[in-house]
Amino acid sequence: MASRSQRHANAVGLQRFGLGVKIGQAEALLDGARDLILNEIRADSIARPAGIAYVGTADISTAFYAFADAEKKAREAPRVAQANVPATPGAGADGGAATPRPPAEPPLPTRIYRDEVMARTRLALEAPAGFGERLVQFWSNHFCVAVNKNTTTRIMAGAFEREAIRPHVFGRFADMLLAAESHPAMLEYLDNQLSTGPNSPAGNRRGRGLNENLGREILELHTLGVGGGYTQADVTSLARIITGWMVAPRNGALGTPGVFAFNPRIHEPGAQQLLGKLYDQPDKAQGVAALADLARHPATARFVATKLVRHFVADEPPAALVDDIAAAFRRSEGDLAVVSRALVESDAVWSAEPAKIRSPQEFLIAAFRALGREPDAGQVLGTLGVMGQPVWQPPGPNGYPDTNAAWASPQGLKTRIDVAARLGQQAAGGIADPRQLSEEILGPLLTPETRQAVARAESKPQALALLLMSPEFQRR
Amino acid sequence: MAHHDDRDDDCERMTPSRRAVLGAAGALFAWSFMPKFAYASAGSRDARFLLVILRGALDGLSAVPPIGDPAYAGLREGIALAKDGAEAALPLDGFFYLHPAMPNLARLYAAGDALIVHAAATGYRERSHFDGQDVLESGQNGPGRTESGWLNRMIASLPAGEAVSRAGVLGVGVVPPLVVRGAAPVLGWAPPRMARAGDDLLARLGDLYGQRDPALARVLAEALETERIASRRGMQGDKKGGGGPDTADGMRRIAEGAAGLVGADDGPRIAALAFEGWDTHANEGGAKGRLANLLGGLDGALAVLERGLAPVWKDSVVMVATEFGRTAQVNGTVGTDHGTGTVAFLVGGAVRGGRMLADWPGLRPEQLYEKRDLKPTTDIRAVAKGVVADLFGLSGPVLAEKVFPGTADLRPIQGLVI
Repeated sequence: MASRSQRHANAVGLQRFGLGVKIGQAEALLDGARDLILNEIRADSIARPAGIAYVGTADISTAFYAFADAEKKAREAPRVAQANVPATPGAGADGGAATPRPPAEPPLPTRIYRDEVMARTRLALEAPAGFGERLVQFWSNHFCVAVNKNTTTRIMAGAFEREAIRPHVFGRFADMLLAAESHPAMLEYLDNQLSTGPNSPAGNRRGRGLNENLGREILELHTLGVGGGYTQADVTSLARIITGWMVAPRNGALGTPGVFAFNPRIHEPGAQQLLGKLYDQPDKAQGVAALADLARHPATARFVATKLVRHFVADEPPAALVDDIAAAFRRSEGDLAVVSRALVESDAVWSAEPAKIRSPQEFLIAAFRALGREPDAGQVLGTLGVMGQPVWQPPGPNGYPDTNAAWASPQGLKTRIDVAARLGQQAAGGIADPRQLSEEILGPLLTPETRQAVARAESKPQALALLLMSPEFQRR
Repeated sequence: MAHHDDRDDDCERMTPSRRAVLGAAGALFAWSFMPKFAYASAGSRDARFLLVILRGALDGLSAVPPIGDPAYAGLREGIALAKDGAEAALPLDGFFYLHPAMPNLARLYAAGDALIVHAAATGYRERSHFDGQDVLESGQNGPGRTESGWLNRMIASLPAGEAVSRAGVLGVGVVPPLVVRGAAPVLGWAPPRMARAGDDLLARLGDLYGQRDPALARVLAEALETERIASRRGMQGDKKGGGGPDTADGMRRIAEGAAGLVGADDGPRIAALAFEGWDTHANEGGAKGRLANLLGGLDGALAVLERGLAPVWKDSVVMVATEFGRTAQVNGTVGTDHGTGTVAFLVGGAVRGGRMLADWPGLRPEQLYEKRDLKPTTDIRAVAKGVVADLFGLSGPVLAEKVFPGTADLRPIQGLVI
């Protein structure tokens, strides 16, 4: 058995790198925590979500077209359905006399989003330690898309994480970058779908032009970072380079609808200068070459390392650790297994005090794991919305914030307490003894003060809420 | 063409020294136990200041179109507004017009309660939303320099014990905007969306944090203080849910909450709120459409603030600002990309309004910033400095060193406040 201080460090590490201790799991994990997390670092350890009705973006699009057609037909049909409505004027308006209808399933885009979120949530609840799933969430936020942009991003956001993020979490950054920037969800989210080379055949004919949104965010948010040494001219160049990267339209003109397509008719012709280098490749190869260079740029290594350390260790990332991680990124040419291992193998990371407040998503998952709950969709989607971190719906393309100042705000903390109180009420029936659960979940982290607060609670729900809101549970 | 108003500054201004004698040392929340009005400093203005941040970069050329500029219509093909016709823009001064989705702002302007600044920007000249918002909110000369906001540092710079510093700064939203973060007390509020936890649980957590986690203890104390005021003001309504901060409904609810708290006699005097969704890269729309809907939401929120703050409206200034503007020319997708110069609004009974503040640079290609954006000729920070200097009696050096560090060269614009 590990020493007392070793067990304490292991308990911190499990919270720092993982998703929180599950009920009935603690003892098995504590002794070998570091090995357990290191063992997750292999290409095949990232699970693929199950229970998804439409897996590829082509299937999703086909289903959506059918749904949209049916909706249109229903709208345009003669008002047959209304014949069933009672003729009494106003009967439906006050809702009193209308025939009760079975609860309608939400429309397809909402269903697809809901099912994707729940599939992802199940993986997070099942994972033994959850380092891989934490990284999925990290990278998904780095390359974020937002489901409230439009219907396409709503139905594609889950596929984006499954197809562009998951396969590369312990693979190569360059592959993740290319997969993300060429995914239908991203092309739609950052408007590349519409961007037209001014001198392309279509640009000449229709007078359409460039939209530099995706080009800018690739440089600023996905690779070099805002101080990474690019100019407005580089932004415009990259936007030109990736003109023609789009989602194949429904008419089949560019191949299977709903998947990535390169459209030469809107691609800006000619060589482009980016960061002092000339890209003269034809068609899509021009963008592929530019992204490959951006992926191995030293500024990208530093930007990614800073964000990783900020996420896992501290709001103010220790410079020496950032240097180490950035060096691992450069040496390995962006091999994310090597980068992740460098982070987990750092003794500094295992000895740092738990300073970060869990984000709302991390907190909710950790709470469900601790309480042994299998939440329904409302308990996940609704609760995350209330806490300000609905899945795949960040306020901007820079993703959700990753600092205590953002999440441990007065209103954020108060809302979190409301959530903990409700979770305590829901879970109390299934928990025999909150005192024992506290020992199990917090283990060596449990302080005498929290132990006493839980023991003296006026009720079982209150005891569970105190456990969930204790500093030991909130910080990682 | 110059629209700059350079009337003399003839309003009464308070000096810090005069204000300093008004309050004694005030510990955080000790004032909760004072009788109401005990600290309403006699003879001085008990001002309110609300900052509304529009995240995503508002297209100032659509919100306040310079229809009198001969280059305007040509740059804005597909989204240009007209001064007559069915969906005419609302007249302001004959050169500038107001988007037709903003009748309340037009009314406030006509009544002398609104001033519109055009061709405005902070000192930030790149085009990243997040850095642009960082500069607007941190008050620093560049992004990424600090984790505190200028409204918070402003309160920290005021004499302790005055109502304005005692009550702290209100940040509306589950995630507080950077502009309110910092050492001075931060209050938070968001439209209620679920049942509240019991008071007993809150008290026990307060005890536990007090013993184990001072940072969380402070945050919780601040949350409970806002809750107390909100509850007394009848803001614990049952209505939950509703639209987000990028919808008219969400903007209205946020404005109602902010007005309720800031209007309370023992509430915060200073607040920041944020409305989202202004990043109109594609299909921006003209008199109707995406931007029109957002502007309508903002206009409705201004009317809500006017109503909710009615008893203190004469001492209130609402400043509406965004991180930067958008390209002068419409882009290839009937929208606009990230730009530079834009508009800012000052609204309130304390505003010396009914006028434009604009040193108009023109819209011909050689007049644009980097040949693409409206060139900024007025610094939004000089506007902000001018307003808070007059409202709260802050001196130039404090403003230039603490609130907006490194801006000694940027003189507060005078005469913005009555």
